[in-house]
Amino acid sequence: MKKNPFFTYLALPVVSVLAFIAPGAANAAGVSQGLFTANNTWMLVATFLVFIMHLGFAALESGLTRAKNTTNILFKNTAIVAIGLLTYALCGFNLMYPGDFNGWIGFAGVGLSLPAGDGGLIGYADGAYTYYTDFIFQAMFAATAATIVSGAVAERVKLSSFLVFSAIFVAIVYPIVGSWKWGGGWLDTMGFYDFAGSTLVHGVGGWGALACVLVLGPRLGKYVNGQVKPILGHSMPLATVGMFLLWLGWFGFNGGSVLSADPGLVSLVFVTTSLAAAAGVLASMITSWMVQKKPDLSMILNGSLAGLVGITAGADTVTVMGSIIIGLIAGVLVVFSVMFFDRVKIDDPVGALSVHLVCGIWGTLAVGIFSTNADHKLWVQLVGVIAYGVVTFAAAFGLFFALKGIMGVRVTEQEEMEGLDMHEHGVAAYNGFQTTNQ
Amino acid sequence: MKKVEAIIKPFKLEEVKKALSEIGIVGMTISEVKGFGRQKGHKEHYRGAEYAIEFVPKIKLDIAVNDPEVEKVVEAVMNSARTGSIGDGKIFVTSLTEVVRIRTGEMGESAL
Repeated sequence: MKKNPFFTYLALPVVSVLAFIAPGAANAAGVSQGLFTANNTWMLVATFLVFIMHLGFAALESGLTRAKNTTNILFKNTAIVAIGLLTYALCGFNLMYPGDFNGWIGFAGVGLSLPAGDGGLIGYADGAYTYYTDFIFQAMFAATAATIVSGAVAERVKLSSFLVFSAIFVAIVYPIVGSWKWGGGWLDTMGFYDFAGSTLVHGVGGWGALACVLVLGPRLGKYVNGQVKPILGHSMPLATVGMFLLWLGWFGFNGGSVLSADPGLVSLVFVTTSLAAAAGVLASMITSWMVQKKPDLSMILNGSLAGLVGITAGADTVTVMGSIIIGLIAGVLVVFSVMFFDRVKIDDPVGALSVHLVCGIWGTLAVGIFSTNADHKLWVQLVGVIAYGVVTFAAAFGLFFALKGIMGVRVTEQEEMEGLDMHEHGVAAYNGFQTTNQ
Repeated sequence: MKKVEAIIKPFKLEEVKKALSEIGIVGMTISEVKGFGRQKGHKEHYRGAEYAIEFVPKIKLDIAVNDPEVEKVVEAVMNSARTGSIGDGKIFVTSLTEVVRIRTGEMGESAL
């Protein structure tokens, strides 16, 4: 048959279109280019949703601390994003995902190395996302873990020491312990489950925060003559804006942890995540109202975050009812935790320990109780919680204690009284306003 | 010449300003202050711990007046600022040694 050039030129675009729309047309990964694009696009959306959580943290922490320290808080939150992303590119990513390793610690090499051809694209994760998407999505998580510490140490930590601690914590500690589960390490082999990071992100951040707070000591004037002296936040609007930004980001935090755009799973996760947050608000509202006689806004802000942290370990494997119960319990837990830490003179200006550490542990254990997957066992979850607790706390404590000896970790009394904005930065957050010293 | 200094509840400011303009007082300075007298404060809770609010927000008015007008002004302020409950405030009357209008350099009563 004589070859007709017309058909050759027609065939090319027709075949290309068919490759997109024909269900049978797929690549070696068994996934069509169209589905791959949808998956990857969702993962990139999830990435920048997690990114905006940094603004949420910045606003929440600023709002719940005093105006004279606001510049300092904003500075720390901005610096941590940079440190987190860059160290993750340098070594964090390859520590967290070392490939084939002994299950405890491994390293896939310095810097990012894009696999060749389809290996970095549709073949990288069975058509779910590209290599670069994987990196940047996970990098946002790393930075989030680091920033949890900044709220707990607020208003008295020395900036330089904090930056050094954060850099080492997020570059080394976070990814190594993270590899135990998400990198396919020993806890993953054991059956430990942490969907989006109740332990790996929030617990790790929380243990780090606890270690630093113990080394640092409470703010001046917080515990006087056996009494707890409240130090009020300076901006409830900022704190509220922050909480809602964090909730918004959680759609990406949990929704993206499905690691594809799977409609069933992502939509389920959206539901469990939001209902847990709502339940957290409700439970913390009722609890704080009963305990304090008046409903405390800062408590219900913590309550929603408590629910969110609590659901993070199992958002894809619990029922709707399960997610509500998890959120309710988290909401009650966070209120009592805040009061407990004050009772034992552990000063946490923003409730980071109560939200991330306590409810991170709760969320992880809750998987063992509420998961619809019979492979998830409570005792295995407990082993994971303890393992992460012991190692992360010890590492953070050792590191911060060493920094205390080397360079000091706390500002002077005068600096603390007059405010970190002027002393550490030379720039007040609210120029032109009068702020009273407390 | 006298200075009438009145410390009043903040939400009373509009009423007091209106009462003063009705008797011909057209100038004053206000500042936002905090204070307590016998009103003391009260106890509140924040994140599970109790604290005392001692200083209550108030508005301070400074009005410079001629001697004959003082009684009228004090009465106007008192009647418009009063609510009958604790914390209504106080009025202080002090002597002014000199008053100067900056724009023109006028001194004494013509500067008021």
